Amino acid sequence: MQLHHQKHHQTYVTSLNQAEEKFLEAKEKNDLKTMIALTSQLRFNGGGHINHSILWQNYSPKGGEPEGDLLKAIEANFGSFDTLKNGLSSSAVSLQGSGWTWLGYNKSTNSLAIATCSNQDPLEPTTGLVPLLGIDVWEHAYYLQYKNVRADYVKNVFKIINWKDVATRLATARQ
Amino acid sequence: MFRTISQRLLPRCMSMRQKHTLPDLPYDFNALEPVISAEIMQLHHQKHHQTYVNMLNQTEEKFMEAKEKNDLKTMIALGPMLRFNGGGHLNHSIFWQNLSPNGGEPEGELLEAINKDYGSLENMKNIFSSATVAIQGSGWGWLGYNKTTKTLAITTCANQDPLEPTTGLVPLLGIDVWEHAYYLQYKNVRADYVKNLFKIINWKDVAVRLASAKQ
Repeated sequence: MQLHHQKHHQTYVTSLNQAEEKFLEAKEKNDLKTMIALTSQLRFNGGGHINHSILWQNYSPKGGEPEGDLLKAIEANFGSFDTLKNGLSSSAVSLQGSGWTWLGYNKSTNSLAIATCSNQDPLEPTTGLVPLLGIDVWEHAYYLQYKNVRADYVKNVFKIINWKDVATRLATARQ
Repeated sequence: MFRTISQRLLPRCMSMRQKHTLPDLPYDFNALEPVISAEIMQLHHQKHHQTYVNMLNQTEEKFMEAKEKNDLKTMIALGPMLRFNGGGHLNHSIFWQNLSPNGGEPEGELLEAINKDYGSLENMKNIFSSATVAIQGSGWGWLGYNKTTKTLAITTCANQDPLEPTTGLVPLLGIDVWEHAYYLQYKNVRADYVKNLFKIINWKDVAVRLASAKQ
């Protein structure tokens, strides 16, 4: 947790600020080529900052279970909470390389969806889905403790999900 | 009139292919210390590379089954698994040979090529390091050989995309920057790992690959 927060997330924040500064400098000089060249840094570091900011809120020591409107939506779209967990888990475990598996909300169809993004591509700008719950499967998120056994990490992460936070995000997205 | 058992089995035997196997390391797990810990070497070889080999074999088997049924959709759908696991197997097989406890320095034709294309070994290492450290996510930095232009090239590939099928460049030297390659020892400081890696490069192996590519 300490490395993930103080090193990895902090680096995304620092690099994002630098990228934004360079972007504004390039804009002032009407340097379009540089502005375009910077979008990759903006996406990577901006995405990293957005994603991890959600992740810390998605977690809680007390865990719990989905209830109310969230549970209804889960049952409507996946049949059961277990089916959702299985879907998120397979997706997270089979992700090739670095990336995130998301439970997201599709505003057009008013439904939940499981989606994956590679590297730090942020869910909403990339897919249009509103992020509700993210599972970080970059190796830095689990390797010191779980080594190559990503499946155990993903299984255990369900014990510390802050379902109230997930529910709040859904309610907000539906407004 | 009746075919013997062996005659009936023969066509199947001819279609059976050799399974891929995990190559042995040319040194002990602790041979590359202190640059790469024995713990990392063991996990990297016995778990990560082994998994690519197992999954590659499974994928090839499924592919052949789909082919026999003329199931083109499945053959195509298996592409990413073939690329990921096949690439993982190719890449790591090169990597173990690229490393050595006493790898020396580039000499002869390899050194000439480096000086010609990059000015100096230092300059090549700097370019190679920056490109590799800057990889977003998981991937590899490569020193490769362009057969068309007869020049060296430095490039990167994402995930386990193998260099030659992806870019046409012949792989000479690879640097694995998936976090599993260094995290237990270097944590988030990828730059230190890449810097240290240059102490254990098997330049003779790199030279042999260049010589083969030039044939």
